[in-house]
Amino acid sequence: MQEAFSELAKKIKAGEFVYTGELEPHNLSTEIGDVVDWAKTLKSIGRITAANVTDNPQSFSAMSSLAASFIIQRDSGLEMVYQLRTADKNRLALASDILAAAAFGLKNILALTGDHTHMGNTPDAKPVFDLDSAQLVDLIHHMVYEGTDLSGNEVQGPRPEINIGVAGNPNQEPLEIEVLKMERKAEVGADFIQTQVVFDVDIALTYLESIEHIGIPTFIGIFPPRSYGQAEFFDKFVSGVTVPPEFLKTFKEFKAISDKAERKKKIDEFNIDYFVNFVKEIRKKKNCAGCHIMAVGYPDVIAPIIEGAEK
Amino acid sequence: MIITKEKPLEEIYASIADCKKVLFVGCDGCTQPPRGLKEAETLAKLVEMKSKMEGKPIECRFTTVVKQCCDESVGNLRVQIGDCDGMVSLACGVGVQILNKVYPEIWTRPAQNTMFIGSEEIRQGPMYEMCLACGDCILEETGGICPVTRCAKGLLNGPCGGCVEGKCELPMEVNGEMVKNDCAWYLIYHRAKELNRLDLFRKYRPPKKRALAMNPRRL
Ligand code: SF4
Ligand code: SF4
Repeated sequence: MQEAFSELAKKIKAGEFVYTGELEPHNLSTEIGDVVDWAKTLKSIGRITAANVTDNPQSFSAMSSLAASFIIQRDSGLEMVYQLRTADKNRLALASDILAAAAFGLKNILALTGDHTHMGNTPDAKPVFDLDSAQLVDLIHHMVYEGTDLSGNEVQGPRPEINIGVAGNPNQEPLEIEVLKMERKAEVGADFIQTQVVFDVDIALTYLESIEHIGIPTFIGIFPPRSYGQAEFFDKFVSGVTVPPEFLKTFKEFKAISDKAERKKKIDEFNIDYFVNFVKEIRKKKNCAGCHIMAVGYPDVIAPIIEGAEK
Repeated sequence: MIITKEKPLEEIYASIADCKKVLFVGCDGCTQPPRGLKEAETLAKLVEMKSKMEGKPIECRFTTVVKQCCDESVGNLRVQIGDCDGMVSLACGVGVQILNKVYPEIWTRPAQNTMFIGSEEIRQGPMYEMCLACGDCILEETGGICPVTRCAKGLLNGPCGGCVEGKCELPMEVNGEMVKNDCAWYLIYHRAKELNRLDLFRKYRPPKKRALAMNPRRL
Protein backbone atom coordinates (compact mmCIF):
# COMPACT_ATOMS: atom_id res chain seq x y z
CA MET A 1 0.00 0.00 0.00
CA GLN A 2 1.51 3.28 -1.10
CA GLU A 3 -0.46 5.61 1.14
CA ALA A 4 -3.24 5.18 3.65
CA PHE A 5 -5.94 7.80 3.18
CA SER A 6 -8.93 6.07 4.70
CA GLU A 7 -9.55 4.87 8.26
CA LEU A 8 -9.73 1.40 6.77
CA ALA A 9 -6.33 1.68 5.12
CA LYS A 10 -4.78 3.26 8.19
CA LYS A 11 -5.93 0.40 10.37
CA ILE A 12 -4.68 -2.16 7.87
CA LYS A 13 -1.34 -0.39 7.79
CA ALA A 14 -1.22 -0.40 11.60
CA GLY A 15 -1.62 -4.17 11.50
CA GLU A 16 -5.03 -4.19 13.12
CA PHE A 17 -7.45 -6.99 12.19
CA VAL A 18 -10.28 -5.10 10.53
CA TYR A 19 -13.97 -5.85 10.03
CA THR A 20 -16.04 -4.46 7.18
CA GLY A 21 -19.74 -4.78 6.46
CA GLU A 22 -21.96 -4.46 3.44
CA LEU A 23 -24.92 -2.24 2.57
CA GLU A 24 -27.21 -2.63 -0.39
CA PRO A 25 -29.40 0.22 -1.66
CA HIS A 26 -32.77 -1.23 -2.72
CA ASN A 27 -33.59 -2.04 -6.34
CA LEU A 28 -35.07 0.89 -8.20
CA SER A 29 -35.89 2.75 -4.99
CA THR A 30 -35.48 6.32 -3.80
CA GLU A 31 -35.56 5.12 -0.18
CA ILE A 32 -32.24 5.07 1.64
CA GLY A 33 -33.35 5.69 5.25
CA ASP A 34 -33.32 2.08 6.39
CA VAL A 35 -29.92 1.54 4.79
CA VAL A 36 -28.61 4.47 6.82
CA ASP A 37 -30.15 2.87 9.94
CA TRP A 38 -28.42 -0.39 9.15
CA ALA A 39 -25.12 1.53 8.81
CA LYS A 40 -25.77 3.06 12.24
CA THR A 41 -26.33 -0.42 13.64
CA LEU A 42 -23.03 -1.57 12.13
CA LYS A 43 -21.30 1.46 13.59
CA SER A 44 -22.80 0.86 17.03
CA ILE A 45 -21.14 -2.56 17.09
CA GLY A 46 -17.94 -0.59 17.49
CA ARG A 47 -15.61 -2.94 15.69
CA ILE A 48 -16.77 -2.40 12.11
CA THR A 49 -14.42 0.06 10.43
CA ALA A 50 -16.19 0.52 7.12
CA ALA A 51 -19.01 -0.79 4.99
CA ASN A 52 -19.26 -1.39 1.26
CA VAL A 53 -22.09 0.15 -0.72
CA THR A 54 -23.01 -2.06 -3.64
CA ASP A 55 -23.25 -0.73 -7.19
CA ASN A 56 -26.20 -2.16 -9.12
CA PRO A 57 -25.63 -5.70 -7.83
CA GLN A 58 -26.54 -8.47 -10.29
CA SER A 59 -27.18 -5.62 -12.75
CA PHE A 60 -30.44 -4.54 -11.11
CA SER A 61 -30.58 -0.76 -11.06
CA ALA A 62 -30.42 0.78 -7.62
CA MET A 63 -29.63 4.29 -6.39
CA SER A 64 -26.20 5.43 -7.57
CA SER A 65 -23.69 3.92 -5.19
CA LEU A 66 -21.79 7.21 -5.27
CA ALA A 67 -24.76 9.17 -3.94
CA ALA A 68 -25.70 6.40 -1.52
CA SER A 69 -22.13 6.17 -0.18
CA PHE A 70 -22.09 9.91 0.40
CA ILE A 71 -25.47 10.02 2.16
CA ILE A 72 -24.82 6.97 4.32
CA GLN A 73 -21.33 8.10 5.34
CA ARG A 74 -22.63 11.58 6.17
CA ASP A 75 -25.66 10.42 8.13
CA SER A 76 -24.21 7.41 9.93
CA GLY A 77 -20.63 8.51 10.48
CA LEU A 78 -19.42 5.11 9.30
CA GLU A 79 -16.74 5.11 6.59
CA MET A 80 -17.87 3.77 3.24
CA VAL A 81 -16.22 1.60 0.63
CA TYR A 82 -17.79 2.92 -2.54
CA GLN A 83 -18.25 0.07 -5.01
CA LEU A 84 -17.86 1.11 -8.61
CA ARG A 85 -18.38 -1.20 -11.56
CA THR A 86 -17.28 -0.69 -15.13
CA ALA A 87 -20.33 -2.45 -16.58
CA ASP A 88 -22.38 0.73 -16.87
CA LYS A 89 -19.93 3.57 -17.46
CA ASN A 90 -17.13 4.44 -19.81
CA ARG A 91 -13.78 5.83 -18.67
CA LEU A 92 -15.05 9.38 -18.96
CA ALA A 93 -18.00 8.78 -16.62
CA LEU A 94 -15.83 6.72 -14.27
CA ALA A 95 -13.33 9.57 -13.97
CA SER A 96 -16.12 12.02 -13.12
CA ASP A 97 -17.40 9.68 -10.43
CA ILE A 98 -13.92 9.37 -8.96
CA LEU A 99 -13.64 13.16 -8.83
CA ALA A 100 -17.06 13.36 -7.20
CA ALA A 101 -16.10 10.68 -4.69
CA ALA A 102 -13.09 12.76 -3.73
CA ALA A 103 -15.27 15.87 -3.32
CA PHE A 104 -17.74 13.87 -1.22
CA GLY A 105 -14.98 12.76 1.13
CA LEU A 106 -15.17 9.11 0.15
CA LYS A 107 -11.82 7.47 0.77
CA ASN A 108 -12.22 3.91 -0.50
CA ILE A 109 -13.32 2.61 -3.87
CA LEU A 110 -13.78 -1.05 -4.64
CA ALA A 111 -13.00 -1.36 -8.36
CA LEU A 112 -15.26 -3.93 -9.99
CA THR A 113 -16.14 -5.12 -13.45
CA GLY A 114 -19.64 -6.12 -12.38
CA ASP A 115 -22.08 -8.73 -13.57
CA HIS A 116 -23.07 -8.59 -17.20
CA THR A 117 -25.83 -6.01 -17.75
CA HIS A 118 -27.95 -8.60 -19.54
CA MET A 119 -28.37 -10.56 -16.30
CA GLY A 120 -30.38 -7.92 -14.46
CA ASN A 121 -33.70 -6.16 -14.88
CA THR A 122 -32.77 -4.23 -18.02
CA PRO A 123 -31.50 -7.02 -20.28
CA ASP A 124 -31.52 -4.82 -23.39
CA ALA A 125 -29.26 -2.16 -21.90
CA LYS A 126 -26.00 -1.53 -23.73
CA PRO A 127 -23.21 -3.21 -21.80
CA VAL A 128 -20.37 -0.71 -21.48
CA PHE A 129 -17.24 -2.44 -20.12
CA ASP A 130 -15.04 0.23 -21.68
CA LEU A 131 -12.58 -0.63 -18.90
CA ASP A 132 -12.23 -3.78 -16.84
CA SER A 133 -11.61 -3.80 -13.10
CA ALA A 134 -7.80 -3.83 -13.47
CA GLN A 135 -7.98 -0.84 -15.79
CA LEU A 136 -10.27 0.95 -13.33
CA VAL A 137 -7.63 0.40 -10.66
CA ASP A 138 -5.13 1.86 -13.11
CA LEU A 139 -7.38 4.91 -13.67
CA ILE A 140 -7.92 5.59 -9.95
CA HIS A 141 -4.24 5.04 -9.24
CA HIS A 142 -3.30 7.51 -11.98
CA MET A 143 -5.68 10.12 -10.63
CA VAL A 144 -4.47 9.71 -7.05
CA TYR A 145 -0.72 9.39 -7.60
CA GLU A 146 0.03 10.97 -10.99
CA GLY A 147 -2.76 13.53 -10.97
CA THR A 148 -3.89 12.52 -14.46
CA ASP A 149 -6.52 10.37 -16.11
CA LEU A 150 -5.53 7.54 -18.45
CA SER A 151 -5.28 9.90 -21.42
CA GLY A 152 -2.78 12.05 -19.58
CA ASN A 153 -5.21 14.91 -18.87
CA GLU A 154 -4.33 16.67 -15.64
CA VAL A 155 -6.56 16.67 -12.59
CA GLN A 156 -7.15 20.24 -11.40
CA GLY A 157 -7.24 21.02 -7.71
CA PRO A 158 -6.11 18.66 -5.00
CA ARG A 159 -5.65 15.08 -6.14
CA PRO A 160 -8.23 12.54 -4.98
CA GLU A 161 -7.19 10.72 -1.81
CA ILE A 162 -8.57 7.27 -2.29
CA ASN A 163 -7.54 3.75 -1.37
CA ILE A 164 -8.31 1.13 -3.97
CA GLY A 165 -9.84 -2.24 -3.27
CA VAL A 166 -10.38 -5.12 -5.66
CA ALA A 167 -12.50 -8.24 -5.54
CA GLY A 168 -10.87 -11.63 -5.03
CA ASN A 169 -12.25 -14.99 -5.99
CA PRO A 170 -10.96 -17.86 -3.82
CA ASN A 171 -13.28 -20.23 -5.66
CA GLN A 172 -11.58 -19.80 -9.03
CA GLU A 173 -10.54 -23.07 -10.62
CA PRO A 174 -7.65 -23.44 -11.23
CA LEU A 175 -6.49 -21.03 -8.57
CA GLU A 176 -3.46 -20.11 -10.67
CA ILE A 177 -5.75 -17.97 -12.84
CA GLU A 178 -6.74 -15.94 -9.80
CA VAL A 179 -3.17 -15.63 -8.56
CA LEU A 180 -1.96 -14.26 -11.90
CA LYS A 181 -4.92 -11.88 -11.98
CA MET A 182 -4.10 -10.57 -8.52
CA GLU A 183 -0.48 -10.08 -9.56
CA ARG A 184 -1.82 -7.91 -12.40
CA LYS A 185 -4.07 -5.92 -10.10
CA ALA A 186 -1.23 -5.41 -7.65
CA GLU A 187 0.96 -4.15 -10.49
CA VAL A 188 -1.52 -1.38 -11.28
CA GLY A 189 -1.96 -0.33 -7.68
CA ALA A 190 -4.59 -2.27 -5.73
CA ASP A 191 -4.34 -1.55 -1.98
CA PHE A 192 -6.54 -4.32 -0.62
CA ILE A 193 -8.59 -7.34 -1.66
CA GLN A 194 -12.10 -8.21 -0.51
CA THR A 195 -13.10 -11.71 -1.47
CA GLN A 196 -16.31 -13.28 -2.56
CA VAL A 197 -18.17 -15.22 0.11
CA VAL A 198 -16.31 -18.24 1.44
CA PHE A 199 -17.90 -20.91 3.63
CA ASP A 200 -15.09 -23.44 3.68
CA VAL A 201 -12.20 -22.27 5.85
CA ASP A 202 -9.74 -24.46 3.93
CA ILE A 203 -10.58 -22.64 0.71
CA ALA A 204 -9.91 -19.33 2.48
CA LEU A 205 -6.59 -20.54 3.89
CA THR A 206 -5.41 -21.97 0.57
CA TYR A 207 -6.31 -18.70 -1.10
CA LEU A 208 -4.44 -16.60 1.42
CA GLU A 209 -1.36 -18.80 1.02
CA SER A 210 -1.49 -18.70 -2.77
CA ILE A 211 -1.47 -14.90 -2.93
CA GLU A 212 0.79 -14.26 0.03
CA HIS A 213 3.77 -13.45 -2.21
CA ILE A 214 1.81 -10.56 -3.75
CA GLY A 215 1.61 -8.86 -0.39
CA ILE A 216 -1.85 -7.28 -0.71
CA PRO A 217 -3.83 -7.17 2.56
CA THR A 218 -6.84 -9.40 2.06
CA PHE A 219 -10.32 -9.49 3.58
CA ILE A 220 -12.12 -12.79 3.46
CA GLY A 221 -15.84 -12.47 2.79
CA ILE A 222 -18.30 -14.37 4.97
CA PHE A 223 -22.08 -14.59 4.95
CA PRO A 224 -23.74 -16.18 7.98
CA PRO A 225 -27.01 -17.49 6.51
CA ARG A 226 -30.26 -16.93 8.35
CA SER A 227 -31.93 -20.04 7.00
CA TYR A 228 -31.41 -23.26 5.11
CA GLY A 229 -32.85 -21.54 2.05
CA GLN A 230 -30.18 -18.88 2.14
CA ALA A 231 -27.37 -21.38 2.55
CA GLU A 232 -28.77 -23.46 -0.26
CA PHE A 233 -29.10 -20.37 -2.45
CA PHE A 234 -25.38 -19.71 -2.14
CA ASP A 235 -24.53 -23.29 -2.91
CA LYS A 236 -26.78 -23.50 -5.94
CA PHE A 237 -27.04 -20.06 -7.45
CA VAL A 238 -24.06 -17.92 -6.57
CA SER A 239 -21.37 -18.32 -9.20
CA GLY A 240 -18.49 -20.38 -7.92
CA VAL A 241 -19.52 -20.44 -4.25
CA THR A 242 -19.85 -23.83 -2.63
CA VAL A 243 -21.16 -24.54 0.84
CA PRO A 244 -19.63 -27.55 2.62
CA PRO A 245 -22.10 -30.49 2.74
CA GLU A 246 -21.98 -30.74 6.56
CA PHE A 247 -22.83 -27.08 6.83
CA LEU A 248 -25.85 -27.55 4.59
CA LYS A 249 -26.84 -30.70 6.45
CA THR A 250 -26.84 -28.86 9.78
CA PHE A 251 -29.03 -26.11 8.36
CA LYS A 252 -31.39 -28.69 6.95
CA GLU A 253 -31.78 -30.09 10.44
CA PHE A 254 -32.55 -26.61 11.77
CA LYS A 255 -35.21 -26.24 9.13
CA ALA A 256 -37.06 -29.14 10.71
CA ILE A 257 -37.37 -27.31 14.05
CA SER A 258 -40.96 -26.07 14.12
CA ASP A 259 -40.66 -23.54 16.94
CA LYS A 260 -39.53 -20.34 15.25
CA ALA A 261 -37.73 -18.81 18.23
CA GLU A 262 -35.99 -22.08 18.99
CA ARG A 263 -34.92 -22.44 15.36
CA LYS A 264 -33.52 -18.93 15.26
CA LYS A 265 -31.63 -19.52 18.50
CA LYS A 266 -30.04 -22.67 17.12
CA ILE A 267 -29.11 -21.01 13.84
CA ASP A 268 -27.61 -18.00 15.63
CA GLU A 269 -25.60 -20.22 17.95
CA PHE A 270 -24.33 -22.32 15.09
CA ASN A 271 -23.37 -19.31 12.98
CA ILE A 272 -21.56 -17.67 15.89
CA ASP A 273 -19.63 -20.80 16.72
CA TYR A 274 -18.82 -21.64 13.10
CA PHE A 275 -17.70 -18.19 12.07
CA VAL A 276 -15.79 -17.40 15.28
CA ASN A 277 -13.64 -20.43 14.54
CA PHE A 278 -13.46 -19.46 10.89
CA VAL A 279 -12.20 -15.96 11.67
CA LYS A 280 -9.76 -17.26 14.27
CA GLU A 281 -8.24 -19.53 11.64
CA ILE A 282 -7.94 -17.00 8.84
CA ARG A 283 -6.47 -14.28 11.02
CA LYS A 284 -3.44 -16.47 11.65
CA LYS A 285 -2.36 -15.72 8.08
CA LYS A 286 -0.11 -12.72 7.77
CA ASN A 287 -1.80 -11.34 4.64
CA CYS A 288 -5.28 -11.64 6.10
CA ALA A 289 -6.19 -8.05 6.90
CA GLY A 290 -9.65 -8.76 8.14
CA CYS A 291 -13.07 -10.12 7.54
CA HIS A 292 -15.77 -8.74 5.29
CA ILE A 293 -19.10 -9.66 6.87
CA MET A 294 -21.93 -9.65 4.37
CA ALA A 295 -24.79 -10.33 6.74
CA VAL A 296 -27.27 -7.89 5.26
CA GLY A 297 -30.32 -7.80 7.54
CA TYR A 298 -28.89 -10.15 10.17
CA PRO A 299 -27.24 -7.95 12.80
CA ASP A 300 -27.75 -10.34 15.73
CA VAL A 301 -24.73 -12.48 14.94
CA ILE A 302 -22.22 -9.85 13.84
CA ALA A 303 -21.27 -8.52 17.28
CA PRO A 304 -20.95 -11.99 18.86
CA ILE A 305 -18.83 -13.26 15.96
CA ILE A 306 -16.44 -10.34 16.29
CA GLU A 307 -16.38 -10.60 20.07
CA GLY A 308 -15.68 -14.31 19.92
CA ALA A 309 -12.96 -13.94 17.31
CA GLU A 310 -11.25 -11.19 19.28
CA LYS A 311 -11.04 -13.24 22.50
CA MET B 1 -17.29 -14.60 -43.16
CA ILE B 2 -20.46 -12.62 -42.52
CA ILE B 3 -23.13 -14.69 -40.81
CA THR B 4 -26.71 -13.77 -41.60
CA LYS B 5 -30.09 -15.05 -40.52
CA GLU B 6 -33.13 -14.98 -42.78
CA LYS B 7 -35.90 -12.61 -41.75
CA PRO B 8 -39.36 -14.12 -41.30
CA LEU B 9 -41.25 -14.39 -44.60
CA GLU B 10 -44.00 -12.16 -43.19
CA GLU B 11 -41.54 -9.38 -42.58
CA ILE B 12 -39.96 -9.63 -46.05
CA TYR B 13 -43.39 -9.76 -47.70
CA ALA B 14 -44.67 -6.78 -45.70
CA SER B 15 -41.68 -4.70 -46.81
CA ILE B 16 -42.51 -5.17 -50.54
CA ALA B 17 -46.29 -5.61 -50.36
CA ASP B 18 -46.80 -2.43 -52.43
CA CYS B 19 -44.61 -3.64 -55.35
CA LYS B 20 -45.70 -5.26 -58.62
CA LYS B 21 -42.43 -6.79 -59.83
CA VAL B 22 -39.57 -7.61 -57.52
CA LEU B 23 -36.07 -8.86 -58.22
CA PHE B 24 -34.52 -11.09 -55.53
CA VAL B 25 -30.74 -10.76 -55.62
CA GLY B 26 -28.51 -13.42 -54.07
CA CYS B 27 -24.86 -13.02 -53.17
CA ASP B 28 -22.16 -15.58 -53.92
CA GLY B 29 -19.69 -13.81 -51.63
CA CYS B 30 -18.85 -14.59 -48.04
CA THR B 31 -22.37 -14.59 -46.60
CA GLN B 32 -23.12 -17.72 -44.62
CA PRO B 33 -25.22 -19.80 -44.73
CA PRO B 34 -25.19 -19.60 -48.57
CA ARG B 35 -27.49 -16.92 -50.01
CA GLY B 36 -26.88 -17.47 -53.73
CA LEU B 37 -29.03 -18.26 -56.75
CA LYS B 38 -30.78 -21.28 -55.23
CA GLU B 39 -31.77 -19.39 -52.09
CA ALA B 40 -32.89 -16.37 -54.11
CA GLU B 41 -35.10 -18.63 -56.21
CA THR B 42 -36.65 -20.32 -53.18
CA LEU B 43 -37.39 -17.02 -51.49
CA ALA B 44 -38.78 -15.47 -54.69
CA LYS B 45 -41.16 -18.38 -55.14
CA LEU B 46 -42.31 -18.30 -51.52
CA VAL B 47 -43.04 -14.58 -51.66
CA GLU B 48 -44.82 -14.95 -54.97
CA MET B 49 -47.02 -17.67 -53.51
CA LYS B 50 -47.75 -15.61 -50.45
CA SER B 51 -48.65 -12.54 -52.51
CA LYS B 52 -51.12 -14.59 -54.53
CA MET B 53 -52.70 -15.91 -51.36
CA GLU B 54 -53.01 -12.35 -50.09
CA GLY B 55 -54.80 -11.41 -53.35
CA LYS B 56 -52.14 -8.89 -54.40
CA PRO B 57 -49.88 -10.86 -56.74
CA ILE B 58 -46.26 -9.79 -57.06
CA GLU B 59 -44.16 -11.09 -59.94
CA CYS B 60 -40.95 -12.32 -58.36
CA ARG B 61 -37.74 -12.83 -60.33
CA PHE B 62 -34.36 -13.89 -59.08
CA THR B 63 -30.67 -13.64 -59.84
CA THR B 64 -27.35 -13.55 -58.04
CA VAL B 65 -24.06 -11.66 -58.19
CA VAL B 66 -20.47 -12.59 -57.35
CA LYS B 67 -20.47 -10.22 -54.38
CA GLN B 68 -22.84 -7.47 -53.43
CA CYS B 69 -20.34 -5.53 -51.34
CA CYS B 70 -18.71 -3.97 -54.43
CA ASP B 71 -20.25 -1.25 -56.59
CA GLU B 72 -18.52 -2.71 -59.65
CA SER B 73 -19.76 -6.28 -59.11
CA VAL B 74 -23.39 -5.22 -58.94
CA GLY B 75 -22.98 -2.89 -61.93
CA ASN B 76 -24.43 -5.25 -64.54
CA LEU B 77 -27.76 -5.99 -62.83
CA ARG B 78 -29.53 -3.40 -64.99
CA VAL B 79 -30.81 -5.95 -67.54
CA GLN B 80 -32.32 -8.23 -64.92
CA ILE B 81 -33.89 -5.31 -63.11
CA GLY B 82 -35.77 -4.32 -66.27
CA ASP B 83 -39.12 -2.91 -65.21
CA CYS B 84 -38.99 -4.17 -61.61
CA ASP B 85 -40.27 -1.68 -59.05
CA GLY B 86 -38.54 -3.27 -56.07
CA MET B 87 -35.58 -5.41 -55.07
CA VAL B 88 -34.82 -7.73 -52.18
CA SER B 89 -31.22 -8.47 -51.32
CA LEU B 90 -30.21 -11.76 -49.75
CA ALA B 91 -26.80 -10.36 -48.88
CA CYS B 92 -25.59 -8.85 -45.61
CA GLY B 93 -26.37 -5.25 -44.69
CA VAL B 94 -23.50 -4.10 -46.89
CA GLY B 95 -25.05 -5.61 -50.02
CA VAL B 96 -28.43 -4.03 -49.31
CA GLN B 97 -26.82 -0.62 -48.98
CA ILE B 98 -24.73 -1.00 -52.14
CA LEU B 99 -27.77 -1.96 -54.23
CA ASN B 100 -29.62 1.09 -52.89
CA LYS B 101 -26.63 3.25 -53.73
CA VAL B 102 -25.98 1.90 -57.25
CA TYR B 103 -29.70 1.69 -58.17
CA PRO B 104 -31.20 4.59 -56.25
CA GLU B 105 -34.37 4.61 -58.37
CA ILE B 106 -35.34 1.20 -56.98
CA TRP B 107 -35.72 0.61 -53.30
CA THR B 108 -33.87 -2.56 -52.17
CA ARG B 109 -35.11 -4.22 -48.97
CA PRO B 110 -33.17 -6.68 -46.79
CA ALA B 111 -34.07 -10.36 -46.61
CA GLN B 112 -31.51 -11.05 -43.88
CA ASN B 113 -30.63 -9.92 -40.42
CA THR B 114 -26.87 -9.51 -40.46
CA MET B 115 -25.57 -11.21 -37.35
CA PHE B 116 -21.79 -11.24 -37.03
CA ILE B 117 -18.36 -12.05 -38.41
CA GLY B 118 -17.95 -15.66 -37.57
CA SER B 119 -17.20 -19.26 -38.36
CA GLU B 120 -19.04 -22.53 -38.72
CA GLU B 121 -17.80 -25.74 -37.19
CA ILE B 122 -19.06 -27.92 -40.00
CA ARG B 123 -21.17 -27.11 -43.06
CA GLN B 124 -24.67 -26.20 -41.89
CA GLY B 125 -23.43 -26.56 -38.32
CA PRO B 126 -23.48 -24.09 -35.45
CA MET B 127 -21.92 -20.70 -36.09
CA TYR B 128 -19.80 -18.67 -33.75
CA GLU B 129 -18.97 -14.99 -33.56
CA MET B 130 -15.19 -14.62 -33.77
CA CYS B 131 -14.14 -11.04 -34.53
CA LEU B 132 -15.57 -7.60 -33.84
CA ALA B 133 -13.16 -5.86 -36.20
CA CYS B 134 -11.75 -3.81 -33.33
CA GLY B 135 -9.00 -2.31 -35.47
CA ASP B 136 -6.17 -3.36 -33.15
CA CYS B 137 -5.79 -7.12 -33.26
CA ILE B 138 -4.23 -8.69 -30.18
CA LEU B 139 -4.52 -12.33 -31.20
CA GLU B 140 -0.73 -12.61 -31.09
CA GLU B 141 -0.95 -11.99 -27.35
CA THR B 142 -3.85 -14.26 -26.55
CA GLY B 143 -2.85 -17.43 -28.34
CA GLY B 144 -5.25 -16.85 -31.22
CA ILE B 145 -8.40 -16.55 -29.10
CA CYS B 146 -10.16 -13.19 -29.28
CA PRO B 147 -11.27 -11.82 -25.89
CA VAL B 148 -12.70 -8.67 -27.46
CA THR B 149 -15.36 -10.79 -29.13
CA ARG B 150 -15.54 -14.08 -27.29
CA CYS B 151 -15.52 -12.67 -23.76
CA ALA B 152 -19.05 -11.42 -23.14
CA LYS B 153 -17.63 -8.29 -21.53
CA GLY B 154 -14.75 -7.85 -23.97
CA LEU B 155 -12.30 -7.76 -21.08
CA LEU B 156 -8.59 -7.37 -21.74
CA ASN B 157 -7.61 -8.57 -18.26
CA GLY B 158 -9.92 -11.50 -17.66
CA PRO B 159 -11.39 -13.70 -16.56
CA CYS B 160 -14.00 -12.01 -14.39
CA GLY B 161 -15.53 -13.58 -11.30
CA GLY B 162 -18.30 -15.04 -13.42
CA CYS B 163 -16.12 -17.78 -14.88
CA VAL B 164 -17.26 -21.03 -13.31
CA GLU B 165 -15.98 -24.41 -14.47
CA GLY B 166 -14.67 -22.76 -17.61
CA LYS B 167 -18.07 -21.38 -18.61
CA CYS B 168 -19.14 -17.77 -18.95
CA GLU B 169 -21.67 -16.30 -16.52
CA LEU B 170 -23.81 -15.04 -19.37
CA PRO B 171 -26.33 -17.57 -20.65
CA MET B 172 -27.19 -17.28 -24.35
CA GLU B 173 -30.27 -18.28 -26.20
CA VAL B 174 -29.40 -20.35 -29.25
CA ASN B 175 -32.31 -21.59 -31.33
CA GLY B 176 -34.63 -21.54 -28.35
CA GLU B 177 -32.21 -23.26 -26.00
CA MET B 178 -30.21 -21.66 -23.20
CA VAL B 179 -26.52 -22.48 -23.47
CA LYS B 180 -23.36 -21.27 -21.78
CA ASN B 181 -20.34 -20.35 -23.85
CA ASP B 182 -16.82 -21.27 -22.89
CA CYS B 183 -15.21 -18.42 -20.97
CA ALA B 184 -12.78 -16.90 -23.46
CA TRP B 185 -10.28 -16.07 -20.73
CA TYR B 186 -10.37 -19.59 -19.39
CA LEU B 187 -9.50 -20.76 -22.92
CA ILE B 188 -6.77 -18.12 -23.20
CA TYR B 189 -5.26 -19.24 -19.89
CA HIS B 190 -5.08 -22.86 -21.04
CA ARG B 191 -3.76 -21.87 -24.46
CA ALA B 192 -1.05 -19.71 -22.89
CA LYS B 193 -0.09 -22.56 -20.60
CA GLU B 194 0.06 -24.95 -23.55
CA LEU B 195 2.32 -22.51 -25.40
CA ASN B 196 4.41 -22.09 -22.27
CA ARG B 197 3.64 -18.38 -22.33
CA LEU B 198 1.74 -17.72 -19.10
CA ASP B 199 3.58 -14.41 -19.05
CA LEU B 200 1.24 -13.27 -21.82
CA PHE B 201 -1.78 -14.20 -19.72
CA ARG B 202 -0.34 -12.51 -16.65
CA LYS B 203 0.53 -9.30 -18.49
CA TYR B 204 -1.56 -6.22 -17.66
CA ARG B 205 -3.23 -4.78 -20.76
CA PRO B 206 -4.08 -1.08 -20.64
CA PRO B 207 -7.45 0.15 -21.89
CA LYS B 208 -8.27 -0.34 -25.53
CA LYS B 209 -8.01 2.51 -28.02
CA ARG B 210 -11.70 2.69 -28.86
CA ALA B 211 -11.04 5.44 -31.38
CA LEU B 212 -9.79 2.73 -33.75
CA ALA B 213 -13.24 1.17 -33.84
CA MET B 214 -15.33 4.29 -34.14
CA ASN B 215 -17.79 3.98 -36.93
CA PRO B 216 -18.21 4.70 -39.74
CA ARG B 217 -14.62 3.80 -40.52
CA ARG B 218 -12.82 4.35 -43.83
CA LEU B 219 -9.63 3.05 -45.33
S1 SF4 C 1 -8.59 -8.61 -31.44
FE1 SF4 C 1 -9.88 -7.27 -32.70
S2 SF4 C 1 -9.27 -7.65 -34.82
FE2 SF4 C 1 -8.41 -9.32 -33.58
S3 SF4 C 1 -9.94 -10.95 -33.70
FE3 SF4 C 1 -10.45 -9.73 -31.91
S4 SF4 C 1 -11.89 -8.17 -32.58
FE4 SF4 C 1 -10.94 -9.07 -34.39
S1 SF4 D 1 -16.94 -15.36 -17.63
FE1 SF4 D 1 -15.20 -15.21 -19.03
S2 SF4 D 1 -16.08 -14.85 -21.04
FE2 SF4 D 1 -17.69 -14.45 -19.54
S3 SF4 D 1 -17.57 -12.27 -19.16
FE3 SF4 D 1 -16.29 -13.23 -17.60
S4 SF4 D 1 -14.24 -13.29 -18.48
FE4 SF4 D 1 -15.64 -12.86 -20.15
